[in-house]
Amino acid sequence: MKNMLIICRKELRSYFASPIAYLLLVMFAFIFGFFFWTSLEYFVHVGMESQMRGESFPMNVNEQIIRPLLSNISVVGLFFIPLISMRLFAEEKRTGTIELLATSPVSDTEIVLGKWLAAWMLYGCMLLVSAFSFAFLFQYGNPDWKPLLIGFLGLFLLAGGLLAIGTFVSTLTKNQIVAGAVTFGICLLLWVIDWVSGFNSSNWARVLSYLSVITHYDSFAKGVLSVRDAIFYLSMIFVWLFLTVRSMESLRWRS
Amino acid sequence: MITATGLTKKYASTTAVDNISFEVQKGQIVGFLGPNGAGKTTTMRMLTCFLPPTSGTAEVAGFDVLLHPMEVKKHIGYLPESPPLYMDMRTGEYLDFVGRLKGLSGNELKSRIDYVCDRCAIADVRKKLLGKLSKGYRQRVGLAQAIIHNPDVLILDEPTSGLDPKQINETRDLIKGLAGDHTIILSTHILPEVEQICEQVLIINNGKLVAKDSVHNLQNRARGIQSIFVEVAARNGDVNSGAVVERIERIPGVSRVLLKDTRNNHVICEVESKKDSLVRGDVARAIVESGWDLNELRPAAMSLEEIFLQLTGSDSPAPAPAQQAAAEGAGS
Repeated sequence: MKNMLIICRKELRSYFASPIAYLLLVMFAFIFGFFFWTSLEYFVHVGMESQMRGESFPMNVNEQIIRPLLSNISVVGLFFIPLISMRLFAEEKRTGTIELLATSPVSDTEIVLGKWLAAWMLYGCMLLVSAFSFAFLFQYGNPDWKPLLIGFLGLFLLAGGLLAIGTFVSTLTKNQIVAGAVTFGICLLLWVIDWVSGFNSSNWARVLSYLSVITHYDSFAKGVLSVRDAIFYLSMIFVWLFLTVRSMESLRWRS
Repeated sequence: MITATGLTKKYASTTAVDNISFEVQKGQIVGFLGPNGAGKTTTMRMLTCFLPPTSGTAEVAGFDVLLHPMEVKKHIGYLPESPPLYMDMRTGEYLDFVGRLKGLSGNELKSRIDYVCDRCAIADVRKKLLGKLSKGYRQRVGLAQAIIHNPDVLILDEPTSGLDPKQINETRDLIKGLAGDHTIILSTHILPEVEQICEQVLIINNGKLVAKDSVHNLQNRARGIQSIFVEVAARNGDVNSGAVVERIERIPGVSRVLLKDTRNNHVICEVESKKDSLVRGDVARAIVESGWDLNELRPAAMSLEEIFLQLTGSDSPAPAPAQQAAAEGAGS
């Protein structure tokens, strides 16, 4: 536990000591800001139009701003997650610092957990950036905060799972670009694998649909805390981190 | 302190380390000598629990590398061939991180950081980024991280590679200074280094241990014979090399005379004799009595280099004898 925190602290330090963290946060703030602004403008526009026509169109901040925005964040995350996770092990393998970690009295599990946790926390910082924008909605409107919180929880869990994939892939190569590209490929595939259910309803299509990371986000986006979906993400984190530890062990047998 | 028994590491097509056994006593400095690719790094990696051996095992500080890797890791400090530095960290931060990783904390950690900075002469770069340090400083920071938790055993993989001569000397002195408190294994392919620092030598070639002994014994063991270099000159006119050789050969105790070179009326030869027969005086007298000048006479201690080539060069032609032959050819 203590060792895990030492590793985690070191990783966070190296994210924030280099431009990586700031670059990601600024880019995310910018992109999210754009989404936020457009959806807000659209909401205001639709509201004014319905007033001019004299129709009482049901307006709901949660349904029309928060929910689509949360979905947008999940997609933006898909692009950012490989950037966060790609260096975790690839960099250590390239520079040889992995030898220091592997010959220190720290278990492989502690190393893997520490690194993954740091990446997860960096993603958490990105979510905080978007939380500032959402705070404005409470200033000028009266949205329900519970669905928003649950939506964030879902995003966080989803990212944890994808980052676990990224951490695993990063142990496979010395090259950060390769690690990032492969992670993105796997994440994207897991994102769209659900599409088979659109034209096929056989059992294997249902299995593929179940594996899709985004179908499990639907309930969170709606503001429903679904234990089943939370367990899906948690087990996804567990499985991929377990594979990462195994992969780290096998580094020793292969290298 | 370190016991290796039948250490073997096999890869798909090659055997990197083949059945190596050795022992290192507490407080010793042992040199691990061999050409590049002989298996030095692989052996060290097995001792540090970085690589598991294919067969055989090793005990470090009383703990088996396979059964109790955590305990072994607590008792070793390891400097890999390229120092494992995070280039975006500052020296102080880096030592703090490594210290914590090795289980230090609080005041103990602080005092150990001060101590290693002082010991390795890196106090002046504590605030500098590791990526901006010179090679010599990086190597010393690497050494500092290896000793930060005061380990019983230090394993150093080519600690002086890539340094300039001044830095090499500084690093060697540093390592020698550490010997009392720590048991040290260091690998190198530089021979004088072993002669200078180490008490024991393990010579490894093609994954096999070809010699293990003290530096002193190894030099003696290489040949049971003693050889001296003799340079003879004629006072006036030519000196007949054949006559010189013949005269020296007649001295009792001399077993062989090798003519090395003849030029400018000088005859240079190597005289071999049994180990304990003191023929030097006889040789000198014989030469002077024959009317020649004795310009030089010195014992030709066999350098570790020659021993090394002799032990490792069996399957690949060593360069030194070839050069010698060429010189002889040119001379005659």
